[in-house]
Amino acid sequence: MSRTLTPSDRSAVLQQNRAGRGERFLRALRTPGGAVFVLLVALLAAIIAVNPSFGEPNSFIRFIGRTAPIAIAAIGQYFVIVSGEFDLSMGSVVTMQVITAGNLIGDDDAKVIPVLLLMFVLGAFIGLVNGLVTTLLRVPSFIVTLGMMLALLGLVLFWTGGAAQGNPADSFRQIGRGGIEGVPVLEVIPYPVIILAAVAALAFWLMRRPYGRTLIAAGDNPTAAALTGAPVWWIKTRAFMLSSLAATVSGILLVGYAGVHPSVGRGYEFTAITAVVLGGVVLGGGRGWVLSAAAGAFALESLFTLLNFVGVQSTWRDSVQGAIIIVAVAAAAKTWQRKRKGTAAPAQEVQPPNKAEQSEHHNGTTAR
Amino acid sequence: MNKTRGDGSIFSRLSSTHIVYLVALLTLAVGSVLVATAGRSFFSPGNISSILTGTSVLGFIAIGQTLVILIGSLDLSVPYVTSLASLIAAGVMANNSANVLAGVLLALGVSALIGLFNGLIVSGLKVHGFIATLGMGLIISGYLATNFKGSFGQTPFSFRLVGATGLGPVPISTLIMLACAGLAMLLLHRTRVGHQIYAVGGNPNVARMSGIRIQTPVITAHVICSVMAGMAGLLLASRLGVGSPTVGSQGGYDLLSIAAVVLGGTLLAGGKGSITGTLGGVLIFAMMDNIMSVMQVNPFLKDVVRGIVIVVAVAVYARRRIVNRPLRFGHDGHSRQEMPGTEEAREVRA
Repeated sequence: MSRTLTPSDRSAVLQQNRAGRGERFLRALRTPGGAVFVLLVALLAAIIAVNPSFGEPNSFIRFIGRTAPIAIAAIGQYFVIVSGEFDLSMGSVVTMQVITAGNLIGDDDAKVIPVLLLMFVLGAFIGLVNGLVTTLLRVPSFIVTLGMMLALLGLVLFWTGGAAQGNPADSFRQIGRGGIEGVPVLEVIPYPVIILAAVAALAFWLMRRPYGRTLIAAGDNPTAAALTGAPVWWIKTRAFMLSSLAATVSGILLVGYAGVHPSVGRGYEFTAITAVVLGGVVLGGGRGWVLSAAAGAFALESLFTLLNFVGVQSTWRDSVQGAIIIVAVAAAAKTWQRKRKGTAAPAQEVQPPNKAEQSEHHNGTTAR
Repeated sequence: MNKTRGDGSIFSRLSSTHIVYLVALLTLAVGSVLVATAGRSFFSPGNISSILTGTSVLGFIAIGQTLVILIGSLDLSVPYVTSLASLIAAGVMANNSANVLAGVLLALGVSALIGLFNGLIVSGLKVHGFIATLGMGLIISGYLATNFKGSFGQTPFSFRLVGATGLGPVPISTLIMLACAGLAMLLLHRTRVGHQIYAVGGNPNVARMSGIRIQTPVITAHVICSVMAGMAGLLLASRLGVGSPTVGSQGGYDLLSIAAVVLGGTLLAGGKGSITGTLGGVLIFAMMDNIMSVMQVNPFLKDVVRGIVIVVAVAVYARRRIVNRPLRFGHDGHSRQEMPGTEEAREVRA
């Protein structure tokens, strides 16, 4: 690259890609990953129009706290989906962690820390197994995680006899339930909000690190990624571990929020996949932004809240969710197609004709 | 991988379908020993009949699912279609023999319509089959949950006979299922659409450039899949005597049928596989269930065994598939080593 481009050439190329902040922002909003934020804002505005008290800082922050577990699960699922795989075992991992916490911690405050550590180790281990079987044994991840889902849930139900039991110490439940009291304006900042912010920041940072870049490359074209020397198997395995760890965090929050029951976490994998897809992340890998996935979870949850306020029967929730994801993905498919056909051409026209080499390189970057 | 390259070994000469039936035979052998230790006979007419009965519902759904997976899509809406068909059939029949035909036709018609929508969404709007059918399933599930609180309608005695009688130890329902399997095989191997299904599943772009209209096979596969799910719903309505809004989702037929198809050696990415293999996969599941019931295994542990068997079995094929591809450039060119990568790229798309 530096061989063919002098610094002045390079700045000329950069100039062409550079649009004003406002224009770049608007352009981003037109991608599926940006559109979800528009959808989210529209939904929130609609909720506030129907029920003005929702807009008060206090109830709004509680809404964020309520959505935190599913948003964290969506962030975890994002890593797996962007690498081109599926994680269907997520719901079972949530259930397993909830039951583990309920049974092992009991009333003993001293056990909270060791059991928490054990839960994280368990989560990482399940992700490791999912990842290694997918990458090294070459079993499709759909099947691996489906098997893991059946096996884990079966084990958990066998262990508990299928009934709710155990109640972890109050200090543990505070993680999902409590918050920092006495904050001005908000009154309370629930711990889940803080945890969500931390997880989101961590995920954002991770996706800008070499690991995140390689993960997207591996999802887009594993062969090409492998040929550039990336250890694709280990990158994808780590994505599975991140997913299971995120499910673990969701589980910890849900213990405080929903209590200990084997039905906690049921269907979480599909809700998380829905949220990720709603966030414009493409199934099959290689495209999408991690924070859009979290926004997808918020959009989904605010949609349910809106339906609730409008007075739609809760049984219709599924139908609306189904219709929304089909429409969202169909719209996203159209946008990606248009983008792929459209962007390269106008930039090429502005190129000085004598720099053919450079224009080629330029097209290569914008087409991505 | 390179070690198994030797093409003389018996293992590499077997096709996936052969392996499926070897596994089924192994399950049979292990099962008969285990069941004998429990003091019962695996081969008693009663037991054979119960195994075959176990194959029929999952068999119907798995046949349809095979077509959809072959074309590179998935169908997660089958359990809800099954429930809906059972409700429509039982509702229309309302315990009157005269309405049997109308009930059957209406149930299958509605199922076909759902399949048509699935196919149109997948092929027309370019929505991934996973999302399209997940969404469709959710839409139907919302409708079912809103309008039906419990079992609904009643099937007349004449219709209930279908699920209850058999020729010797072979239930009528299994015979119907096998007939459907035969028809699906004819479709796949003897008709234009059947060949197009393999072509599109193998590589949609190449298929399109060869002049195949992709829409036709995709829609056909989805319609047949939904109709098969509807057949399963009819069978369940006939067995239970009523329609039920949860009968499909309780069975977990979406994921189990996909597991059975993949267990039968069909590539999840599409383009390669057979109905025969799927029937083998369904048979393995039914025998496992039967053995575990006879052994009185805890029902929760059954799921654990199922999960492990699915993954282990598929791991065996997954290793083979890489080996089994025809050589493209001589015997020891370095291009050979790129095969696993290409294969991975294909599976990622699943």
